[in-house]
Amino acid sequence: MTEQVDTGRRHFLTVATIATGAVGAAFVAVPFLASWKPSARAKAMGAPVEVDISKLEPGALVKVEWRGKAIYVVNRTPQMLAQLDGVDASLRDPDSNESDQPEFAKNPARALKPEYLVVVGVCTHLGCAPLEKFTPAPADVSVSADWPGGFFCPCHGSKFDMSGRVFKDVPAPTNLPVPPYRYLSDTRILIGAEAEKA
Amino acid sequence: MGSTSQTPQAGGGRLAALTAWIDERFPMTKLWKEQVSEYYAPKNMNFWYFFGSLAMLVLVIQILTGIFLTMNYKPSAADAFGSVEYIMRDVEWGWLIRYMHSTGASAFFVVVYLHMFRALLYGSYQKPRELLWIFGMLIYFVLMGLAFFGYLLPWGNMSYWGAQVIVSLFGAVPVVGDSLMEWIRGDYYISDITLNRFFALHVIALPLALVFLVIAHLMALHEVGSNNPDGVEIKKVKGPDGIPLDGIAFHPYYTVKDIVGVGVFLIIFSLVIFYAPTMGGLFLEGPNFEPANPLQTPPHIAPVWYFTPFYAILRAVPSKSMGALLMGAAVVLFVFLPWLDRSKVKSIRYRGPLFKFFLTAFTISFVALGWLGLQPATPLFTNMARVFALFYFAFFLLMPWYSSIDKTKPVPTRVTYHAH
Repeated sequence: MTEQVDTGRRHFLTVATIATGAVGAAFVAVPFLASWKPSARAKAMGAPVEVDISKLEPGALVKVEWRGKAIYVVNRTPQMLAQLDGVDASLRDPDSNESDQPEFAKNPARALKPEYLVVVGVCTHLGCAPLEKFTPAPADVSVSADWPGGFFCPCHGSKFDMSGRVFKDVPAPTNLPVPPYRYLSDTRILIGAEAEKA
Repeated sequence: MGSTSQTPQAGGGRLAALTAWIDERFPMTKLWKEQVSEYYAPKNMNFWYFFGSLAMLVLVIQILTGIFLTMNYKPSAADAFGSVEYIMRDVEWGWLIRYMHSTGASAFFVVVYLHMFRALLYGSYQKPRELLWIFGMLIYFVLMGLAFFGYLLPWGNMSYWGAQVIVSLFGAVPVVGDSLMEWIRGDYYISDITLNRFFALHVIALPLALVFLVIAHLMALHEVGSNNPDGVEIKKVKGPDGIPLDGIAFHPYYTVKDIVGVGVFLIIFSLVIFYAPTMGGLFLEGPNFEPANPLQTPPHIAPVWYFTPFYAILRAVPSKSMGALLMGAAVVLFVFLPWLDRSKVKSIRYRGPLFKFFLTAFTISFVALGWLGLQPATPLFTNMARVFALFYFAFFLLMPWYSSIDKTKPVPTRVTYHAH
């Protein structure tokens, strides 16, 4: 037996112990971090909701709640649909390239059926609820002259058109998201689920 | 009982014996001497030095009132709003305990902002106090977290939408933004689940972190010693006994002085609690007297006053991710002050005109942004916020330049002090 301390061996054991401990701590951290994810119950409560549009008048808006968010369903009049043309130059993302929507809504009407707009009523800036200002009053200071009407966010002044497309020079970065949805019949929409791919 | 010859003579003697008994087992006297009675602080500290001890006082008030509030508060979406009203109306003195806590939150920020401004005035963040400053900044960050999580708990409509706005800032993070938001909320929106976890963070996780950080802040302070309005290191000139010539014992000299500060603070604090607990909507916002409604945004969302300077910067930027980034930078830049400042002198008393100009511009901008953050975002106000934000950032980003070329005055070797 020698009195010499084997520092190399000591160093190796120290590093090995620390490494093993760190790996163990990382594994133990997983359940704690994962416990913050939406629980099974939260997921179940986020299931799709049905909305009946048979009584929705032309030009009117109905709000339904899905996953705590307001979903706006608007029965658009032909005049409203006509407003969607010719404004591309003042829109930030007219073709919805940067925005969040199902593939079927990547067009000016952003809808399955052009008459019925279904959008998430949550401003893409900071989550406020945009107001419906389909015919803005000319005296309204918060509204500029070149805006034909649509959705207006009262928090930070973001403006959207009748398809929820965002205008330039406002804080909101993208168009209002379109949730996944499908028609169960002519008068019933299921929000939260798309039609199965054929 | 021992024999008469061994019994200490009087009451004082008995106390001394008890002290000795403890000191053999726990360093009570040693700690008291090191941290209080033989901690030598510069004799020229002025009223700006009240705010550290006042921050400690507010911390105690918040912990004490917080503990009593949790005894009646229910952290659930169904019961939270009602339980706060219950505290206000039915619990004996509940209104006072709650108003102490809500006013205490604002008082905490008043005191901490003045404490931080003192550091800017006298260069208290400079070498060798960099770590002391960083601990202080960590305390400030934890405080912001505490204020944010605490603000959701009453489950009023402004609580709800304020949390909505702040949480959606994390959506600006590329790629993982959406899942990060889901992870923070534990749901697809701000819900009962979110409230429950914010409660846990507000009442245990962050207060615990705060207390440890305050201990670290004080340990760092007592290691390097307090700065003073002259920015002179008193440890450089010591008497034959090894005690700085310009130092006086913290106890009794500064304990007595701080008690005067405590008295003045408590008078103002009480006036607010009893006569203006909402401070005209600044300390408790009007829309928060309505329960949270996920489908109805308040017409005008503004955070509580202590966050508004940063909120104004966020709004002034026409891009969400840049806005969030600049807002974060506005808060975090403080941490780097010890390295941004290249000046040879610490105190404003010996600084040159450039530093005085930039500090004044920064101070005006901070207050102006704070005011603008409370106003609706009209085009005029947005443009004003952009100008003030420019001065705000110039203070930090141009500091390496202007602090190194500034004409400073010679610093005396001893502190300036006039006996009275």
